[in-house]
Amino acid sequence: MATMNMIQALNSAMDVMLTKNPDVLIFGEDVGYFGGVFRATDGLQKKHGVTRCFDSPIGESGIVATAIGMAAYGLKPVIEIQFADYIYPAYDQIVSAAARLRYRSAGDFTAPITLRSPYGGGIFGGQTHSQSPEALFTHVCGIKTVIPSNPYDAKGLLISAIEDEDPVMFFEPKRIYNGPFDGHHDRPVQPWSKHKASEVPDGYYQVPLGKAAIAREGNDLTIIAYGTMVHVALAAVEDTGIDAEVLDLRTLIPVDIESIKASVEKTGRCVIVHEATRTSGYGAELTALVQEHCFYHLEAPIERVAGWDTPYPHAFEWQYFPGPGRVAAAMRRAMEG
Amino acid sequence: MSTAPIRPNKPQLKLHIPEPKHRPGDKPDFSHIKVPKPGEVAKPDINVNAKDTHDAAYSFIRVLGDDNKAHGSWDPKVDVETLKRGLKHMVTVRHYDARMFAAQRQGKTSFYMKCTGEEAIAVAQSAALDPEDMCFPTYRQQGLLISRGYPMLDMMCQVYSNERDPLKGRQLPIMYSSKKHGFFSIAGNLAMHYSQAVGWAMASAFKGDDRICAAWIGDGSTAEGDFHTALTFAAVYKAPVILNVVNNQWAISSYQGIAGGDESTFAARGIGYGIPALRVDGNDFLAVYAVTKWAADRARANLGPTMIEHFTYRVEGHSTSDDPSRYRPTDEAKAWPFGDPVDRLKKHLIALGKWSEKEHTEMETTIAEEVRATQKEAETYGTLGSGKMASVKTMFEDVYKEMPWHIRRQRQEMGV
Repeated sequence: MATMNMIQALNSAMDVMLTKNPDVLIFGEDVGYFGGVFRATDGLQKKHGVTRCFDSPIGESGIVATAIGMAAYGLKPVIEIQFADYIYPAYDQIVSAAARLRYRSAGDFTAPITLRSPYGGGIFGGQTHSQSPEALFTHVCGIKTVIPSNPYDAKGLLISAIEDEDPVMFFEPKRIYNGPFDGHHDRPVQPWSKHKASEVPDGYYQVPLGKAAIAREGNDLTIIAYGTMVHVALAAVEDTGIDAEVLDLRTLIPVDIESIKASVEKTGRCVIVHEATRTSGYGAELTALVQEHCFYHLEAPIERVAGWDTPYPHAFEWQYFPGPGRVAAAMRRAMEG
Repeated sequence: MSTAPIRPNKPQLKLHIPEPKHRPGDKPDFSHIKVPKPGEVAKPDINVNAKDTHDAAYSFIRVLGDDNKAHGSWDPKVDVETLKRGLKHMVTVRHYDARMFAAQRQGKTSFYMKCTGEEAIAVAQSAALDPEDMCFPTYRQQGLLISRGYPMLDMMCQVYSNERDPLKGRQLPIMYSSKKHGFFSIAGNLAMHYSQAVGWAMASAFKGDDRICAAWIGDGSTAEGDFHTALTFAAVYKAPVILNVVNNQWAISSYQGIAGGDESTFAARGIGYGIPALRVDGNDFLAVYAVTKWAADRARANLGPTMIEHFTYRVEGHSTSDDPSRYRPTDEAKAWPFGDPVDRLKKHLIALGKWSEKEHTEMETTIAEEVRATQKEAETYGTLGSGKMASVKTMFEDVYKEMPWHIRRQRQEMGV
């Protein structure tokens, strides 16, 4: 057991998998000798050799395409797209190839790639380093979408993703790489070392895909969140004093509907929170699922808190970011409903 | 919109829209294509530098001459049995195409695509590659499957989307897939597989395997970003891959100039990336075989990728949904200066004294009968719309390895 921040936990997951499975290899922009712009692959090339962890040209579609070809051969490529905002050149390869290969070949060829990519705001990255494009992938059948919220889960989920036999989009909330940011940007930054989830086993373990976690138990309201917003939701619970249950989805597709049902049926109220823009965001799917599965238990309309339907504006970071104040307001509305 | 120049003292710019030389009603004339004599382009060492392949990328590598004999340093000196087998496979492809095209017209399937005039490419390349080498084809390399012994019955059942369709009715006709035969699943999204092929080749090198990879793309889709990405990655990692461009002059109704073929050759694209490049007479079985062998030798020697442009002509429409008389002269194929690949190989074998018109006619008759009988058998498993197809339950399978709850629920909703 060691104390790790999220970057160290992700690095440890890749180190474990490179050691465990000779068919695992890692590539992406700046990930080799340098170890990645966020240091997630730091030291892996030196330890495991240049063919196991290497730099790619700046060509996201090529990174994904070559990974698909490698996976069709039988390897387990783990690729990094440096920022989720840069993923669009690869969208065709993800949607039309990775997600479809098993189906269109009737199981003859498969593309079990793991695509890691830092996403989300809170770092003054402007509109090209802050986006949350997860809904563009949850809409696509044939791929899984995973978003961890802490170091322990990040390592266990990444190992599960690499071992999974389907393509996995693994989005990493970069604002919480170094500490559990709760949206109170005016307060001192907390390091992961003070958080229980920074205790991470050194070796191999899995956190299963498709299973949500309860970040906080409560009885009066359910907040469904993932990534950075789990910590923002916890702060909002603290701020309001409402006895809310905070559900950390961890996997968006396939979503853990049983955990959602159990919580919303218990509380009768639901607030759905994400950083991504609101319209057609993943929250819309969650809202529909809660309505379909829990309608007779609902005592108030479902609330959604999301990024505004604008590009992420550089100077207006905290006006844009759906912080604890906005979550708290939605919680109060849900309690009054 | 005003056409007055904003700055009258400056030369006015003009937008260039490329146009083919001939449209319906025009007399086709290919005299602008300089056809070199066979043997004119020298064969370089496999360790050649890309920049030294300039001549090979701008001229045409040819082996078979008008005298039906093999000439020059590119003569692959293939044994007669391989040539006869190649001829048989090309004739088989042509008969198969004719049957399936007619089946579409008879309403037995929705769609079909012929490769008439281009048979030498897939068939000769298949002969030059090892059977274990991996292929990432387009929809016009059905010759690979025929050559590699994939059952024609399965090809037909795929085209019919019937109960024996190996792809369970999920794919448009002709989008075959067979891992066992080293034939990657075909997609309608063009060019994407080209860079995937580079990944497969990188994987083979990563594992210290000895299998190489070949990919095909049409002249039209070289304009896709994936083509250029593939060349970059292949060059950077010296991937053991053969990057083929089949320039059949037409991308549906757009002539190859719309993809940039007028200003340079497609082969020459490779040189800019540092990839040795060859342009070959794609209707010359021996030349196609020779360049493929050369490229394969390079790949196997860890010298990296090779770009090959196969210069050929799409004799038929793009697909059953196309009517080429709307955009090109109907007699253009007859004017094509590189002849017909089947006819040329046949005459070569006759010139060698190893084949005769009589033997050829007998072979044609036998193949025609075999294809007819196979079609009859395929139709016992159903044709599109006959109701004989994979169980509808299978529609929900293979989206993921394990069916997730939401898809299972949708299957239940459908009642299957």
